[in-house]
Amino acid sequence: MNQQRIQIVQNILSANDAIADQNRQLLNKAGLFSINLMASPGAGKTSLIEQTVKNLCQDYRILVIDGDIATTFDADRAMAAGATAIQINTGGDCHLDAVMLNKALVQADLNQFDLLIVENVGNLVCPASFALGTFHNVLVASVPEGHDKPHKYPAMYRGVDCVLLNKIDLLPYVEFDVDFFRKGLEALNPNVELLMVSCRSGEGLENWFHWLRKKIGEFRTQNMV
Amino acid sequence: MHELAITQNVLNIVLDHAGKAQATKISKIYLVIGELSSIVDESVQFYWEIIAKDTLAEQAELVFRRISASFECSDCHTVYQLDGNAVYCPACGSSRVKILSGEEFYIEAIDVET
Ligand SMILES: Nc1nc2c(ncn2[C@@H]2O[C@H](COP(=O)(O)OP(=O)(O)OP(=O)(O)O)[C@@H](O)[C@H]2O)c(=O)[nH]1
Ligand SMILES: [Mg+2]
Ligand SMILES: [Zn+2]
Repeated sequence: MNQQRIQIVQNILSANDAIADQNRQLLNKAGLFSINLMASPGAGKTSLIEQTVKNLCQDYRILVIDGDIATTFDADRAMAAGATAIQINTGGDCHLDAVMLNKALVQADLNQFDLLIVENVGNLVCPASFALGTFHNVLVASVPEGHDKPHKYPAMYRGVDCVLLNKIDLLPYVEFDVDFFRKGLEALNPNVELLMVSCRSGEGLENWFHWLRKKIGEFRTQNMV
Repeated sequence: MHELAITQNVLNIVLDHAGKAQATKISKIYLVIGELSSIVDESVQFYWEIIAKDTLAEQAELVFRRISASFECSDCHTVYQLDGNAVYCPACGSSRVKILSGEEFYIEAIDVET
């Protein structure tokens, strides 16, 4: 019997990352701009999708893929707002992974759409580890969750391109120090875009629509060359 | 709760490498996990006993090397650890900081018998 040490140095989720790369290629080939929308449960992901679909569906053909542990409520809401929607039930998993998204992508005719919004499972921990292959990662934070969340969930806040602070209509009623929140976010993620919105009153949403339009434009330019 | 998926990935990777080396048994697995990658050692160990059963890695010991999250302030150059505090610089309050470590998340090596 021989004892031997084998050096590996391989990322634990390298298999997921490889599938995420395939997803990225599929989406690029179809010219489909995509975002992975993450948040804690109830932060307002579906509300944001409803608002986004209502506002942008004149200009873009929108596909929503909804990850949920169970039920089709969120996919139904996205459809009612005017999007095409596919539901993925994760069967207990607390996050979407690249394989689950891949299965949904191959079901759809991706060429028929301009904007893909993936609603991840409500959770601030697990989705941060699993790349999906979307063009951007977006986080919906919300006022009632508290201003300490970037400090407590650094991995999630670090890995995103845009953070929406939703439910700002509740700021007068909740103790929420916007500066403390912003400083935590800046420390972890200096180049991130922070947008203050309310899906209830509509305040600030035009900045989000503007961000999306701009990013879709950038994607198209990049994808043409 | 993503520890099951993580554990499954660890198992796939080590079995792949052990297979290539024609090992008969995997005795140790060295994992390097930064504090910013949230996974719970005990849960991985718990799932391991279930999913590694009847494989070369059934009796493998999982050795976790934990790396603390460490930051450096770009303004006053203080180096600090998170220690459950706010993420910005504790000395001058700046949020212009660099992350020095804490994001590691990989399998470093395995010990096998051939
Ligand atoms: N006051 C206020 N309530 C909001 C706002 N946006 C969403 N809500 C409410 O917050 C609750 C949760 O919203 P959803 O959009 O379902 O949240 P979600 O993140 O999709 O939730 P899950 O998918 O279950 O994780 C609903 O009752 C919404 O009406 C807002 O800007 N202000
Ligand atoms: Mg939802
Ligand atoms: Zn400092």
